[in-house]
Amino acid sequence: MLQFLQQPWPWYIAGPLIGLTVPALLIMGNKNFGISSSLRHVCAACIPAGIDYFKYDWKKEIWNLLFVLGIIIGGFLAVAYLSSGEEIIIHENLRTELKEYGITDFSNALIPADVVSWTQLCSLKGFLLVVLGGFFVGFGTRYAGGCTSGHSIMGISALSWPSLVATICFMIGGFFAANLLIPIILSL
Amino acid sequence: MSQSQQEDLKKRELDAMCVNESQLSHPWYHNIKYIFIGVLFGIVFVKAEIVSWFRIQEMFRLQSFHMYGIIGSAIAVGALSIWMIRKFNIKTIYGEDIVIVTKPFNKGVILGGLMFGIGWAITGACPGPLFAQVGTGATVVIVTVLSAILGTWFYGLLRDKLPH
Repeated sequence: MLQFLQQPWPWYIAGPLIGLTVPALLIMGNKNFGISSSLRHVCAACIPAGIDYFKYDWKKEIWNLLFVLGIIIGGFLAVAYLSSGEEIIIHENLRTELKEYGITDFSNALIPADVVSWTQLCSLKGFLLVVLGGFFVGFGTRYAGGCTSGHSIMGISALSWPSLVATICFMIGGFFAANLLIPIILSL
Repeated sequence: MSQSQQEDLKKRELDAMCVNESQLSHPWYHNIKYIFIGVLFGIVFVKAEIVSWFRIQEMFRLQSFHMYGIIGSAIAVGALSIWMIRKFNIKTIYGEDIVIVTKPFNKGVILGGLMFGIGWAITGACPGPLFAQVGTGATVVIVTVLSAILGTWFYGLLRDKLPH
């Protein structure tokens, strides 16, 4: 059983489990599934700076911050107890492409350790991947009013067309960045 | 209501929050259940490699079906659940009616959506996975999270000047 859980989980197990989060949160306490709002609550709690957008009672949204805390703990547990310790298997074309940019370390399945690390943070490409990428995630999700969870999963599930538009835009931005921007950044 | 007040109200309604809060008040420990949901969620994120920068690159290069399968089946299960909640008028565990808030359309959905898409591909993670990556011990991702918080803050600062 443990060995079974230690393998990477297939999409048809993981996807439905994530989908079930939607009714779980609704039934537990009328909470609409969404994660990026937590970033707003952190701003409201720590650095409101008199900005209208952060003037609200963030304590009422504490469930969202606890949910995020749980995700961090879950990440820790998955690696500590359910890891097989094997390298990630990726598409041959991607492997060849990344090799051109000097990315050959696949021991960490989650991040490209060759370019995303504390030491690489001082290099231009490391800085762009981490800091610029993070900034776009934070700014973009709030501007769009949600992320993959709030718009793509919760929103489309509720048959809301603006969420479908948002998801299409996420994908357009992603295709653009992955195929045109990332090759530039990684060549720096 | 004056024109400016109406305009202000319209802005606040975008991405409204706290509209869906429970009318009942519970002791603080009722919130602990959300940690458990988060833990399960975080484990799925890591074990299904949803939080992997490599899987995201594959998705945006059409080299793998994995992420499409996950998002697609999550939407299918989510939509079926919401349909059932609406159809059978299912209540919360506290007996309240379930309210589903959909997000209104504005130009930000497109402009912000494109921005987030770019960030998603570059960092290889949307907000949930970023937190999961931190949990796995990739401490450098804390910088990405802080940068995302900063991005959110700058959005708040510039909000009135941006097209909506």
